[in-house]
Parts: sequence; C-alpha cells; structure tokens
Amino acid sequence: MDLIANHISHRFGDLAVLDDISFTVSAGEVVAIVGPSGCGKSTLLSILGGLLQPTSGAPELRGTPPADSLNPLTFVFQDFALLPWATVEENVEFPLLHTQLSAAQRRALVEDALRRTGLTDFRKTYPKQLSGGMRQRVGISRALAVKPAILLMDEPLSALDSQTRELLMEDFVRLLADGGMGAVYVTHNLEEAARLADHIVVLSRRPGRIREVVAVPMTRAERGEIAAREKLLALQNQIWSLIRNEAIDAEREVQHA
Amino acid sequence: MLDRATDTSTKDDTTRRVRFRGAGFVPASSRFAGWIALALVIAIWQVAGSTGLVNPLFLPAPSAIVRAIYQLAMSGALWQHLSASILRIGVGWLLGTTAGVAVGFAIGLSRLARSVGITFISALFPIPKIALLPLLILWLGIGEEPKIATIALGVFFSTAISVYSGVDAVPRNLIRMAQSFNVPFATIVRKVVWPGALPAILAGFRITASVALLLVVSAEMIGAQYGIGAFVLQAGNLMQTDQLLAGVVILSVFGLVVGKVINLLEIKLLHWR
Repeated sequence: MDLIANHISHRFGDLAVLDDISFTVSAGEVVAIVGPSGCGKSTLLSILGGLLQPTSGAPELRGTPPADSLNPLTFVFQDFALLPWATVEENVEFPLLHTQLSAAQRRALVEDALRRTGLTDFRKTYPKQLSGGMRQRVGISRALAVKPAILLMDEPLSALDSQTRELLMEDFVRLLADGGMGAVYVTHNLEEAARLADHIVVLSRRPGRIREVVAVPMTRAERGEIAAREKLLALQNQIWSLIRNEAIDAEREVQHA
Repeated sequence: MLDRATDTSTKDDTTRRVRFRGAGFVPASSRFAGWIALALVIAIWQVAGSTGLVNPLFLPAPSAIVRAIYQLAMSGALWQHLSASILRIGVGWLLGTTAGVAVGFAIGLSRLARSVGITFISALFPIPKIALLPLLILWLGIGEEPKIATIALGVFFSTAISVYSGVDAVPRNLIRMAQSFNVPFATIVRKVVWPGALPAILAGFRITASVALLLVVSAEMIGAQYGIGAFVLQAGNLMQTDQLLAGVVILSVFGLVVGKVINLLEIKLLHWR
C-alpha cells in the first residue's frame, strides 16, 4: 500500500502553512520530512494520517493494506499520548477494544507487541512510573499491536534525552529492517532522518514547499557501519545547507513572536 | 566566569560552607500540629467555660455541647433530625448530580449544547438558589419536594460547570490518539473523556456536597419541622445554645464524613495520578 500526498496545501485562517506538497511513500519505504521550525511538518503528518482536513489537495492510498492490518496508517506521537489511568498493557490493548477480535486474539496481539518492544515485564505498570523512553516504547508497542502498513511518526524522539534517543533509534532500525512496514518520519534532527529514511523530503520555511527530495544511497543496515558515517555526515551537511538560512530566519521569527 | 574581579578581590584561603538559602515555600504540613492546635483551642474554650470566664448562655463549654449531643442521641431526636436532613441531601444531591453530569457532558461534547447550555447556566448560576424556595413551594406545595428541588438546583449548576470544565480539560492529544485508531465516539467518551474528566468531576463533588449542606440547612430553617437546620433554629429561638452548638457540631461532623468519603473515592478512582 502506497501513501500519496496529492498537491496538499493548508492554511490556518490567513496563515498559509503548506503549499502544494506532493510525494509518494511506497510500500515498505521510510520517508523523513525535515525543514525549519514552523514549516508545517507536523501539520502535514496530521493531514496524511486523516486527522486534519487540508485546505486543498488530499492524502490518498494506493493498493490494499496487508490483510491483518487493523489500522493501516498508525501514529506514534511526540508526547506519547498514553492514557495515564491505564496500565502499559491496557494502553497497548486500547486500540483493539473496538475491533471484532476476541479477548484471546487481543491478548495475543498485545503479548507480541509488548515482547517486540521489551515491555513484557512492565505490563502492569502505569505511565507515570516509566521513564520517557519507556513511555515512547509503550506508544510504539501500541502502534505495532494494530499491525500498521505505514507508521506516521511525529518527532517521536524529540522529548527524550540523547542516550534514550540513541537506544530507541536502534529499536526503530530493527523494527523497520524487514521492509514490511513503511513510515513517514517527521523530525528536525537531520541525523535521525539520515539514519532511518530511504528518502528525505526537505521542506522550505512557511509556507512549507518541497525544496528537494534527497535519496539516501545505502541500506539501513549499512548505515550502522563506521565506514558509512562519513557519507551520512556529508548527506546531513547537504540537507543542512539547504535549510540553514531559512532555519535562522525561522528561529528569529519565533523569537520575535 | 565572564567578569573576573581579580583586581579588587583579596586572596583568602579559608573555606566556608555555602549558606543554605532554599528553605520554605514548600506546601507541606506537620502531621500532628493541626490536631494539637485543635485540642489546645478546645481546652482553652473548656477552661474559659468552666471557670465562668465566658457566659455559658452565649458560649457553652465543649463538655456541655458533648452532653447535649449525648442527650439528643439517647432521646432519639438526633436520628429523627439527622435522617430527615440526610434524606433531603441524598435525594437532592443525586438528582442534581445526575442532571448536572448529563448536561455537563452534553455541553462538553456538543457544539449546539454548549452554545445553548452555557448561556442558560451563566444566567442562572449566580442566583442564590435558596431565593427560589418560596417559588418552589408555590409550585410543588409544602412538603419535601421544594426543599429537595432547591438542593438539586444548587447541586446541578455546580456539577454541570465542573463536568464541562473537566471535559474541556481532557488533553486533546489523547482524543486525537483515539481518533487515529478509529475508536468510535462512544468508546472515546467512555474510555478517554470520562476518566480524563473524573478528577474535575470529583473536585466538583466536594463543592456540591457543601452546597447541598448549606441549602438543606437554609431550607429547613425556612420551613421544616424536622432536620438539623430546623433543630438549630428552634434551639436558637429557645436560647438553648448548647443544643444549638450541638446541631452545628453535627453538621460539621457530617461535612467531614462526606469529605472523607470523597477522599476515599479519589484514592480509589484516581490512584493513577
């Protein structure tokens, strides 16, 4: 199943946020969206996931999702969006409650998702008892439970410290390794984008337009090797040179706001 | 260091401990201080009463109040008055709360209900509900109904306001999360909005319990044969200040018990906080 951004534009009142965005996320592909602060990255992701109605254009799906997918487009949120009154396993089970699945089937899916994210021993824990990294693991576990075709990740590591980010990045690489699941990964962190994405969509300052779509010329497995570091760094510098001036302007704009 | 005042500082090799400056401004309370203070005030009050320093007609000693409560309990009058008040509070509070929760949720979840509901609530909430008692007596007759209706009205407005405020305060990211998983509206209300609004709803219960207590006493003072409010008024008319204060103490204990029950509810239902 492919996800297509088809000439998407969006305005908040008089403020133009996105301008004519078009690209395709092919099945199993990881696309990162980067750009200066306020360029509409998260807005674009909300539109792609059907949580926000664009002013013009539309997000579209091509092909059929895998038969076992319960929620083909599944978000992983920056602020985790966990139910504070529910335990880890209740949070992971939450998106399954309204489905036709039996209790045993739900339990099996929850078990599998908890195991894949290393949360089995924390199933009875409440979110407030967990560190930020573990909370985001619950968010990822909940997303995996519904067997998504495409993960929509909105700066999933930005609320975490650098060590936790590194650990979770390894988890993402592992989860996306087999190519069975695609992802749209919104981030302001170019290192994360270069490490994870097959293509990087670089947006301009508001209103966000596509400045360039950069292909990452190596497999995700290769990127973990020391020899790849230089190439990845060069790629990051290339992208940074595209957005640097606009990022400075955006920063000033934020400070004056 | 950006500014090194090396020129003006003198060389001093002695070490000094950095003075602690972070004391105070912590909302903590001592475990026993409150009880000790209360006991002290009662003791002083007792001494003042026993030694004749205070005229017992105006302020009877605590022992006299305890005696009055004991006599009331033994004669059966305590239960007669208390049960009448509890019944009125119970029924009135339940009716007001049920309607308030329903209307509060409707306002919190529906744009139309919000537009209409908030206008009416804003207009009617400031009215002291006890002022409506004569009108309610005209409508409902002289009986339990107008008293219960007064309490229900008082409870309704506070409940509706706390419920829709609670619904408004449910983090939008949780609702968006549920929508992103295609969770149906009714399930979002049941599994996200209700538990998310519960802290505000329970805080509202604390307020409505005291509103109900205030209104039952007021209503009973205006027109009732039995009830703690009626009893306090009668005692005042007869200058039986020990009986009067016994009624006040009973009301205070009743309020404390209700507060405790709400505390227990909060511990049970909001343990996740």
